[in-house]
Amino acid sequence: MKRAFPILAILTAALLSYGLYGALIKAPTEQTMGDVQRIFYYHVPSAWTAFCLFFVNLAASVVYLVRRHPKADALAVAAAEVGVIFCTIVLVTGPIWARPVWGIWWTWDLRLTLTLVLWLMYVSDLILRRFSSSGQTPVLAAVLAVLGALDVPLVYFSIWFFRTQHPQPVMGAGGSIDPRMLHVFFINLAAFSCFGALVCWSRFHLEVLRRDVEEAQALESLLETGSSR
Amino acid sequence: MSSSAGITRATLAKDLRLEWRSKDAINSMLFFALLVVVIFSFSFDPTAEESRRIAGGLVWVAFLFAAVVALNQTWARELRNQVLDAYRVSPAPANSLFLAKALGNFIFVSVLEALMTPLFIVFYNLRALGPAYQLWIVAVLGTWALVINGTFFAAMSLRTRSREIMLPLLLFPISIPALLAMVEATSSILTGEFSAKFWIVLLVAYDVVFTMASLFLFELVLHAE
Repeated sequence: MKRAFPILAILTAALLSYGLYGALIKAPTEQTMGDVQRIFYYHVPSAWTAFCLFFVNLAASVVYLVRRHPKADALAVAAAEVGVIFCTIVLVTGPIWARPVWGIWWTWDLRLTLTLVLWLMYVSDLILRRFSSSGQTPVLAAVLAVLGALDVPLVYFSIWFFRTQHPQPVMGAGGSIDPRMLHVFFINLAAFSCFGALVCWSRFHLEVLRRDVEEAQALESLLETGSSR
Repeated sequence: MSSSAGITRATLAKDLRLEWRSKDAINSMLFFALLVVVIFSFSFDPTAEESRRIAGGLVWVAFLFAAVVALNQTWARELRNQVLDAYRVSPAPANSLFLAKALGNFIFVSVLEALMTPLFIVFYNLRALGPAYQLWIVAVLGTWALVINGTFFAAMSLRTRSREIMLPLLLFPISIPALLAMVEATSSILTGEFSAKFWIVLLVAYDVVFTMASLFLFELVLHAE
């Protein structure tokens, strides 16, 4: 496992730089939207990575509630934090694209609202972790993650009732998309998935180390008070 | 006293008696909601036509903010003299305690709504153009949606620093679909332009899902240590 980390890091760096080259230079300019469309190569992969990480967080939370394994909680923390970062990227790059193309920064469309609500829920999860005093935090945060997951379909249906303005996914629908664009897009999708996994991994490792250090310090101070007596 | 319904009833009766004697929650909620109504009324000053469209949002935001005031006191009053610890070690099922608290909050918030709605009608010149009986359904379902989650998250935020701030931070994001449904249902009934059926069904689904989930997960939260 330890050796896989540098390999993944190198792979991520290679894919990201090739993806950047592809997105900025190699991919042809889109006919109607122009260069602003290129943000799409970062926007969609970030969204994909964020949603994957949120799913990892949910799975880790459920495992924690059932098994009470501390590593599951560490993974939940890592996935939630990194997921919020990627979700923030999505929420920032979206309006940058929407302003020239739709003429508005923001609209209460299905996908936009769902992403925003997810972001809000995971931020509240992180705030809960920050404000809660140690021992019981993992249980509370895991419970909140489960409730948040239950909320997602309800949010979906409540906003589905409004008209959807977001461009429908173009993959597989028709042959109108340039294969070079598709190529660059999938490179970036792979790059962002690897990048997300890499950051989540190192954050997970950090969290496990932090807990080990805390435990060791607690043990040490306990031994000190024992020996001084 | 051994049945869980008996424990629920006893806890609920105790909470209602406490509230009847102190009137802490209801007074602070009422005054808070009154302030919200007055301030909204100042800042918008709408015509009758406009107010019908925005009243749904105003009413429910006012009730939501006011409900948070009561919800924060739900569990905090059990901290005095370690009552909550006594609950934890007692063999009483956690769910009956939770149901009692949720029902108590439901009664408090309903009383608040019953007292504040006439004020809203007066200040905003409201008259429903749609089927007014549906407002009752929306009120009951919406209030339950607020208090079931609110009671649950109040128990969660009990273990955190600065818990008064924590409750809305946890409650609001999760309640977004319920809030949207209440506001949209109320607006469509008041304007009479759309049917509120979809939103009422959504509220029912929300209530069922979160009542089940809260009852299922509350024991974990109560015993989280």
